[in-house]
Amino acid sequence: MSGNLVEIQGLHFAYSDRPILKGIDLNARRGQVVAIMGNSGCGKTTLFRLISGAVKPTRGTLKVDGLNVGDLDQDGLYQLRRRMGVLFQFGALFTDMSVFDNVAFQMREHTDLPEAMIRDLVLMKLNAVGLRGAHDLMTSELSGGMARRVALARAIALDPMLILFDEPFAGLDPISLGVIGNLIRRLTDTLGLTSIVVTHDVQESLKMVDYVYFISEGMVEAQGTPAEIKASGLPFVHQFVHGEEDGPVPFHYPADPYPADLRLSYA
Amino acid sequence: MPERSIGGIRKVGHRTIDGVWRMGVATRFFLLTLLHSGICLRRPHLVIREIFSAGVLSLIIIVVSGLFVGMVLGLQGYETLQTYGSEEALGILVALSLVRELGPVVAALLFASRAGSAITAEIGLMKATEQIAAMEMMAVDPIARVVAPRFWGAVISMPLLAALFSAMGIFGGYLVGVVMIGVDDGAFWSQMQSAVDFREDILNGVIKSVVFGVAVTAVALFEGYDAPPTAEGVSRATTRTVVTSSLAILALDFVLTALMFRGV
Repeated sequence: MSGNLVEIQGLHFAYSDRPILKGIDLNARRGQVVAIMGNSGCGKTTLFRLISGAVKPTRGTLKVDGLNVGDLDQDGLYQLRRRMGVLFQFGALFTDMSVFDNVAFQMREHTDLPEAMIRDLVLMKLNAVGLRGAHDLMTSELSGGMARRVALARAIALDPMLILFDEPFAGLDPISLGVIGNLIRRLTDTLGLTSIVVTHDVQESLKMVDYVYFISEGMVEAQGTPAEIKASGLPFVHQFVHGEEDGPVPFHYPADPYPADLRLSYA
Repeated sequence: MPERSIGGIRKVGHRTIDGVWRMGVATRFFLLTLLHSGICLRRPHLVIREIFSAGVLSLIIIVVSGLFVGMVLGLQGYETLQTYGSEEALGILVALSLVRELGPVVAALLFASRAGSAITAEIGLMKATEQIAAMEMMAVDPIARVVAPRFWGAVISMPLLAALFSAMGIFGGYLVGVVMIGVDDGAFWSQMQSAVDFREDILNGVIKSVVFGVAVTAVALFEGYDAPPTAEGVSRATTRTVVTSSLAILALDFVLTALMFRGV
């Protein structure tokens, strides 16, 4: 068994004739938390969709646990997804169900466990994210941070081997942000998972991930451990880590010269 | 040929191709829904829940509308029949109008406005908030888990609601014709009993309401599932559901009436 749970080589993807990813190489070792970072529109969400099998690569290989995701039919994909958890940006909890039913959803759909056992398992999962006491609440009664934690409990419901996190820190207050970051790290370690985190949040991510890939314009621009990334002299990484306004990623969208656009006579 | 004419022809061509493509997608979606309907037999509670949402929650509008439509029929019918001295035939007029035509059609139009729009909005919002995507990521087919139970729940509810609409309408006609105006009670009921045929009238009415139920629900589900995941997209899809299914009901009603009642 390879040490890498996710192996991506020479991955290309295009929407119609618009290329999004241009030859990505990326690995996620078992038991690691791997972050995929980059500016908006760089292709990281597309990469997330490719790993989950929502779209198929145009070229290249993408293997999860040795299975080439692009070659799987729907049954094969569903078999693989039973061993994967996905946490969406805003949780994507089922709004017509309680917290308990959300976490129990996959257990009821995919197993024949008796209801008493499902109850115990759901409470254990909710306890792991600190929300056992909220099991009776409806999703509309949860704050953003709580919803994200319930979604995390739902993602680990069937003890997956891999969890994909899509912008898990977006829109959270500093306390919730720290809680979610710690939970991702702790659950990855205690449950022996592999986690891939697609995020913008550099500071929070660098505290808890094992390896980082920076993507820019559909290519891996830089990669390394958090310490290597912090020490990186690459202008793109420097701009991103320090949140600088201008640099390799320009502040201004490409345009004609400013005076010309304003029709000034000296232009 | 001027550039503008070519542009116009191109636009018409694009729209035609888009329309045909969308019809194909809708047909495939409908067939997939039927194909995944086994879950409704294995887990009937999913369908019962949808019968509650689509049927039970539509009861008020159906009961009240049926009553008023029947009362209006009673008044209008009496006015006309009185001219020919046949006011005892009021029961026949009210019952046949409702059972054959108004019951299935008006109930279906109300059903499209209340339950159809709700189905579209619910599924559209589930898509916009990534609940459908989350379900797919959990290896649960949303067509089987979300769409098929709603389809059968609504299709089962529709003929029951149409029957209730007709019953309330007849009661409304009775209230106005017999209780308020004073048409003979015995004549009202006995003439209705002798003139309304179970197969020709009631069964055909039930068939109509089943067909309308399938049409309304199929349109509502597809529009919701196909809606762009934005507030505007869901809003437009909801409007399209009401407009398309209302037109489909009226068109289908003509076709079914022509097939069922010719020569009668």
